[in-house]
Amino acid sequence: MMRLELVKRPQRSMLFSALSPFIAFGLTIIAGAILFALLGVNPLNAFRIYFIEPVSQVWQLHELAIKAAPLILIAVGLSVCYKANVWNIGAEGQFILGGIFGSAIPVLFPGFEGPLVLPLMLLFGMVGGAAYAAIPALLKTRFGTNEILTSLMLVYVAQFFLDWLVRGPWRDPQGHGFPQTIQFNDSAVLPELMPDAGRANWGFVFALIAAVLVWLLMSRLLKGFEVRVLGSSPRAGRFAGFGLNRMVFFAFLLSGALAGLAGISEVSGAIGQLQPVISPGYGFTAIIVAFLGRLNPLGIVAAGLVLALTYLGGEAVQSALGISDKVARVFQGMLLFFVLGCDTLIHYRIRLVGMALTKGAAKLEAAPKLKEAR
Amino acid sequence: MDITVNILLTIATAATPLLIAAIGELVVERSGVLNLGVEGMMIMGAVAGFGAGYLTGSPWIGLLAAIAMGAVFSLLFAVMTLSLATNQVATGLSLTLLGLGLSGMMGTGFVGQPGEKLPNLYIPVLTEIPVVGKLLFGQDPIFYISIALTAAVMWFLFKTRTGLTLRSIGDSHTSAHALGIKVIRYRYLAVMFGGACAGLAGGHLSLVYTPQWVENMSAGRGWIALALVVFASWRPWRVLAGAYIFGAVWIGQLHAQAFGIPVPSQLLSSLPYLATIVVLVLISRNKRLTMMNTPASLGQPFVPDR
Repeated sequence: MMRLELVKRPQRSMLFSALSPFIAFGLTIIAGAILFALLGVNPLNAFRIYFIEPVSQVWQLHELAIKAAPLILIAVGLSVCYKANVWNIGAEGQFILGGIFGSAIPVLFPGFEGPLVLPLMLLFGMVGGAAYAAIPALLKTRFGTNEILTSLMLVYVAQFFLDWLVRGPWRDPQGHGFPQTIQFNDSAVLPELMPDAGRANWGFVFALIAAVLVWLLMSRLLKGFEVRVLGSSPRAGRFAGFGLNRMVFFAFLLSGALAGLAGISEVSGAIGQLQPVISPGYGFTAIIVAFLGRLNPLGIVAAGLVLALTYLGGEAVQSALGISDKVARVFQGMLLFFVLGCDTLIHYRIRLVGMALTKGAAKLEAAPKLKEAR
Repeated sequence: MDITVNILLTIATAATPLLIAAIGELVVERSGVLNLGVEGMMIMGAVAGFGAGYLTGSPWIGLLAAIAMGAVFSLLFAVMTLSLATNQVATGLSLTLLGLGLSGMMGTGFVGQPGEKLPNLYIPVLTEIPVVGKLLFGQDPIFYISIALTAAVMWFLFKTRTGLTLRSIGDSHTSAHALGIKVIRYRYLAVMFGGACAGLAGGHLSLVYTPQWVENMSAGRGWIALALVVFASWRPWRVLAGAYIFGAVWIGQLHAQAFGIPVPSQLLSSLPYLATIVVLVLISRNKRLTMMNTPASLGQPFVPDR
């Protein structure tokens, strides 16, 4: 019988800090190969279809950017939350509310056109996401209510709210009864970056800007220091005069606003109208992106592209090999597992110990150490 | 009269999976471990239960498969958080995400297939008692398990030495370790018990509640079970009460939709989730109650020194 034993490192390992996402990705590939083999598919062939073919042409890279934009935007905000030890897992709901708030302008005022429309929509989207995120923040700071559960419950509520809007008051009267709003007018549609090459829109640029800004905030400004101190040691933070409640609000509002921006960018750029479902679980996948990117905004950009590829790959294997596109979710879940596991290597060395030997071996090891100590 | 009995019967059916999953998680949290993967273990139990029942034709085998799947799946969480000391919140989340994905993949062939339903157990003579008879003695087998489980966990936690040890680990793993208690071993068993319960709860969904496979059919029940544990301030009998309150909300909104009450059905559908938030706020306002009952080392990683 073997047992794992963790031995604390004197300091965090820089080597594994850099390597762990790559090890995790490698392990995911191995596990994925086993999974494909179990499904009766040649793993090499499956990987080619999953990871290479979806990004072999320029227009496909645009699709990758479309999928990566919301993931990066949301994950960058979540990274601030998780660094501050604030557990916002309701980004999916904040994404939806952002989409709804921003869409209010083109849906309720379809005649309103001009260059002002888009900025207003984006602003509304951010306000919507932030306002929705303020609910769990308020409940946590006022009543001490667990933010994990409240923010998650609000996701379900947001989904039902959107469903009601597009089937009820906001339904397109000329839409033949389909549950969707009117198509946005041209000035309410987020422009494409290079219309000749592919569909990628300004959402991806927003994501990159957000990543750089939050990176600056976290590494160069006092606020970022405050986040890290309060996250790792609330007691030390209090001595330094940092307010814990203010931090909870800051983290929730920032991540909510970014999720809301992602929501309205997706609706206005990639979809062009509101419909009952506007997200294939971006808000949850972004949690994986945040951790895979080591809660570092620049790492998150890379991680967002990887996770976007898992979405595209899932669609590709479904159409080419007839495997359920749920395989994407499995890949994403495994990836997060392996990342978390590999992170242990940063703080600990792992040793395999034989169960039967431990007691005797411990004594034997302890004896010489005592001598050395003297 | 019959309508009331029928409504009460459906409330019990809706409450049972919440109760079982929450009781399992209660034991896990009493040992000081926070497993946010209940939703994932539940949906894995549901797909395994349906699949095994569908393939073998026996709902009983399905039931066993659901329990086994929940326990095995929770082992993944246990290895990560207990042996590798990973962050429990993040690991639990990833267990849920993985479970939702895996179950969706495993269940692709089951969509739209007729499932096996566990037969109700009618206890002779007792079932004949008017009103109460059908309610207490004419239910599905998992209902009886859920009640017995609640009583057993109550007895175990507060009347046995092992239960006391488990609670002491939850309150201070360092002290327990210093006393020579095998903290990690206890926690492994607790997590697997919680997993088995969540699996059983999932099996109830796909073998009793709606005997078919629908993707994401747990619909947030695992999360509500987690909220129930907090609501119950880690007391088994309060979990029982809470589960039935939520069962009533769940059934109430379904009946309200069926009666065509002039309120958007989406608002009614979101009631259980809104109720969860309200209940959590009400309970957390009482700081003393929460502080006194929360296992002190809940959610903190533990690495035994030698």
